[in-house]
Amino acid sequence: MVATFEPKTDYKVVGTRPIRHDGYDKVTGRAIYGGDMKLPGLIWGVMVRSPHAHANIKSIDTSAAAAMEGVFAVITGADMPKAPSKLVDLGEGNINFKWASNKLMADDKVLYRGHPVAAIAATDRYVAEEAARKVVVEYEVLESVTNVVDALKPDAPIILPDMVGDDLGEDVTNTNMAAHVRHEFGDVEGAFASASHTIEREYNMQMVHQGYIEPHNATATWDEEDRIKIWTSTQGAFPARTQIAGILQVDVSRVKVTPTEIGGGFGGKIPVYLEPIAALLAKKSQRPVKMVMERTAVFETTGPTPGARMVIKLGADANGKLTVATSDIWFEAGANPGAFIGPAAMCIYAPYEIANTRIDGWDVLVNKPKVAPYRAPGSPQVAFAMESAVDELCEEAGWDSFKFRVDNASKEGTRRGDGVLFSKIGMQEVLEAVKECDHWNAPLGDAPEGKVRGRGIANGYWFNIGLKSSANLAVNTDGTVQLTEGSTDIGGSRTSMAMHVAEVLGIGAHDVRPTVGDTESVGYTDVTGGSRTTYATGYACWLAANNLVDVLKDRVAVLWDIKPDDVDFNDGAFTSKAEAAKSIGFKELAGKLDDLGGPATSTGTVDLESAGDGFGTHIADIEIDLATGKSDIIRYTALQDVGTAIHPAYVEGQLQGGAVQGIGWALNEEYYMQDDGKMANSSFLDYRMPTTLDLPFIDTVLVEVPNPLHPYGVRGVGETPICPPVAAIANAIKDAIGTRLYNTPMNAGSILEALK
Amino acid sequence: MTTNSPSKVHVTTTINGQQHELLVPGYMSLLDTLRELIGLTGTKEGCLDGNCGACTVSVDGRIVDSCLVLGAEVNGKNVDTVEGMATPEGLHPLQQAFLEEAALQCGICTPGFLVAAKGLLDNEPSPTEGRIRHWLAGNLCRCTGYDKIVRAVQKVID
Amino acid sequence: MHPFAYVAPSTVAEAVAVLNEHGDRARPMAGGTDLLVKARANVWELDAVVDIKNIPELMNLSIGNGGLSIGAGVPCYQVYDNSEVAAEYPGIVDGASIIGGIQVQSRAGLGGNLCNAAPSGDGICPLIVHSAVAKISGPSGDREVAVEDFATGPSRTVLGKGELLVSIEVPKPAANSGAAYTRFIPRNEMDIAVAGVGVFVQLDSSGKNFESARIALASVGPTPILASAAGDSLAGKPVNDETIAAAAALAKDAATPITDMRGTVEQRKQLVEVLTGRMIKQAVERARG
Repeated sequence: MVATFEPKTDYKVVGTRPIRHDGYDKVTGRAIYGGDMKLPGLIWGVMVRSPHAHANIKSIDTSAAAAMEGVFAVITGADMPKAPSKLVDLGEGNINFKWASNKLMADDKVLYRGHPVAAIAATDRYVAEEAARKVVVEYEVLESVTNVVDALKPDAPIILPDMVGDDLGEDVTNTNMAAHVRHEFGDVEGAFASASHTIEREYNMQMVHQGYIEPHNATATWDEEDRIKIWTSTQGAFPARTQIAGILQVDVSRVKVTPTEIGGGFGGKIPVYLEPIAALLAKKSQRPVKMVMERTAVFETTGPTPGARMVIKLGADANGKLTVATSDIWFEAGANPGAFIGPAAMCIYAPYEIANTRIDGWDVLVNKPKVAPYRAPGSPQVAFAMESAVDELCEEAGWDSFKFRVDNASKEGTRRGDGVLFSKIGMQEVLEAVKECDHWNAPLGDAPEGKVRGRGIANGYWFNIGLKSSANLAVNTDGTVQLTEGSTDIGGSRTSMAMHVAEVLGIGAHDVRPTVGDTESVGYTDVTGGSRTTYATGYACWLAANNLVDVLKDRVAVLWDIKPDDVDFNDGAFTSKAEAAKSIGFKELAGKLDDLGGPATSTGTVDLESAGDGFGTHIADIEIDLATGKSDIIRYTALQDVGTAIHPAYVEGQLQGGAVQGIGWALNEEYYMQDDGKMANSSFLDYRMPTTLDLPFIDTVLVEVPNPLHPYGVRGVGETPICPPVAAIANAIKDAIGTRLYNTPMNAGSILEALK
Repeated sequence: MTTNSPSKVHVTTTINGQQHELLVPGYMSLLDTLRELIGLTGTKEGCLDGNCGACTVSVDGRIVDSCLVLGAEVNGKNVDTVEGMATPEGLHPLQQAFLEEAALQCGICTPGFLVAAKGLLDNEPSPTEGRIRHWLAGNLCRCTGYDKIVRAVQKVID
Repeated sequence: MHPFAYVAPSTVAEAVAVLNEHGDRARPMAGGTDLLVKARANVWELDAVVDIKNIPELMNLSIGNGGLSIGAGVPCYQVYDNSEVAAEYPGIVDGASIIGGIQVQSRAGLGGNLCNAAPSGDGICPLIVHSAVAKISGPSGDREVAVEDFATGPSRTVLGKGELLVSIEVPKPAANSGAAYTRFIPRNEMDIAVAGVGVFVQLDSSGKNFESARIALASVGPTPILASAAGDSLAGKPVNDETIAAAAALAKDAATPITDMRGTVEQRKQLVEVLTGRMIKQAVERARG
């Protein structure tokens, strides 16, 4: 589907800030999240997990656990259906059922610490946990690899012996390299030869986690008809159904997924972890089974986003024109393939117009959890490399790095690193907004004695996705409208959906009652991810509302005994083209529907190929204690082209939340791995996400360059904001202390080291 | 809820103003006592080690992480949870401010933040921004960057 | 978590009897903020948890001419909310007010912090520099142990089978004395010390010279460390940058840290030197009133 729209400005509902429909339930504790599920006769499931990062399973003895009072079912890898190797698109990354199944329950080999080796269902969680401790597993511990350099050494232990790697189209075996891709345009060698300034640098990032506060969970029943019902906190009920059915080897129609309220995901709740296991335990115990993951396992076995090694080389001519860029990036995939090198290639050069580019990306297995999407997966990593390198190039050449960003900014027609040509984009408009904004024009201020300050700036980009969405509408006789839509709501999207409908129908946002549908109440809808929800599901809602107007025109035609084509609809009122005085409002008409043919309903579905690109620029001010290396972010502004902000408060919230996740990534967050492949800091205490005391207010500037691909000009906004912060902070640290840091986290220890 | 606990403790406690008499396994947390025995699931589980604050409740007027309290310990005490904040007259001003300021995205941390913020304002009616941030440092939010949460609390003070 | 029984005795004797009966399969619980985490992680497998908060003498907080007595179950907030304690023992308040967040401070106390015996315990160094003494009851009677001798290793203490910490006794500080504690953490709260330093100084009546000093270090050894040489180096010396720097350098020498996820050996040693200098200055400021 491709249509283009002219921007409007005279909205009545779009651009306002109504209270979200689900808000009352969420501030009173009534909202039901996955972990809150209760069913008659519910029992608890827990996993038995590997203490080793890489080991062969010699034997498993579950007899003592099974014999415990209160234990109803025990399963191991032997109980898993054998899923074939089949690649399926989940919207933000692919999965292969074979690997996805093996990730949930080890077969004869564990590939990462915490890899499940058995699962138990019992009367309650405490009994199940006690039983889990009675499972005896004999392991043959293997050498583990936890970074890309070690994993690609000739003598590295091979994590998946039956994996066939793809090296630029050639099959490779006996390797940890799952894929090697390349995009090359122009004359890279020639451009470097004629460049007057070049730099080449290496940057490294540790793996980090999405850090949602709600642990993964799943509740399952399996009935006599082999119908499986799942309640879970997921970013997409339908993609969850696809995975569950694929792993359990049943038809999708056998699985009903009801999405509960969800406590954060950021991409990490697109893959399933517990759902198929809960279903198998339910089948074996013939009882409803609930599982809630413990926090250590959330860190050790879910998420994270790839750690990366990146080598980047830039060249510019004497006039400050960026003429050439090359990069080699190695991303950690975890124990199964799929490290987001594709998105990285799409994003790395996007903020710039560069005639000659090459990127080589490697997807590398390591003995860590399989990576999951995390807010613009792959983009923050390459933004750290690119935006640091741009500053370094400018330092070497003596150029103003902001002017350089403006002079080389991408625009309509610019070719992205993977070859795609941009349509209407807002990079230049965002940089113009930087020039105007308070923060950029305010002095940094004097640091207290013993401290120094610095300011950094960086761009970020995410391409956003479209894909499939569905929405249903039904008119109530009191003039309100029921909306059932397929996108799970993580951050207030239900209200944005309702606002799309209300704007079309000329009614209030609260006259539309939105519900997130289960897989049996609405058409297929892709994940809440890829910054697609307000764009694509909003589009489906807009279509459904327009379709509803057509249905209602027929009813008005009956009422007035005229032809449907002679009925107009404007600002919430139906009028007769022939008789200008004849008019009936939406609400009044709703009250008459019972006499005009009964219920009025409609549907909107979309399958959108593209979505409109998202660009942002962040400004970070940092203060550093020279004696301890302690840093504090003292001022922060996020600017972004948001297309049209449907609900500006939640758009601001996306910018603020993404910025703060990026700040955490920059300063303290990391997977700190021990030599034995154990993550040493698998708790919120030691993983160190920012608390409210670690931050200033996060200022936002919403730049609105309406997206011609959406009826109201919406652009996805959720992911772009996590792309600039790491580089902005690296550039600020350099400004403050005069030394550049090349590795994350840029914590107090590394700053202290740099100060020597 | 379990059959093989070594012993259960007879607990009489007042939860959101209502008296409850319970038999609580000695090892059961207050969090599970509320969620599993009473059915008050507004108090959320985030980490079970006192580092996220999602399970914050008030015991005799002091905020605690209910995952690090045993149900048996609240015998004779007053426990207040998010479910007790609103009255028949309407939402607590903090709840209203959280809605108006869009201070929640996914909402899983919201009950903990509300109970914690109430614990602050009940004792200190006009805290500074710094004091609000200090008091709420035991509550993690991963969605909002805290900006709108702090503003919502400030709105109630104004 | 192994299922355990909850026992809530109302006298020390009852508590000691239960602890003695179960040996290391029972633990006293004050705030529970470390105990329940360890039980849940199966670090400890317990048959009984002995809640000490119904024993009146373990919940006593009193301050007078004889000094400060902190019952083993007194939570942090009662320590830092007490205006007399805050006025006379600001260094102890420094420690009590940074253990966990507000929720944890409602439950956790200095007694539990001491018994948990983490090298990073923020409550312990301030007690050490104040020359505090731990009062212990057990099956064979009562005894007293200096706080600096209480921890014998990470999570290990002098407490024997059936023994229970009853209270911590802190002598009344003399005139012209002051104390301070700080730690370095990457975040601003809710974190474990990368390094921590507590300082107590006794100045002469002019306030210009040190009479004596005690310096204790957290998170830079298997237990909190009393850096005697560093403290002793100040005795009889004038208060100036030079003497303070010399003491800070000696504190650095006394630190025996390891490299782990929280910091490196070198970083921790440097932090000890920096924080010692800062805390001596703050303690001096407090001593001068």
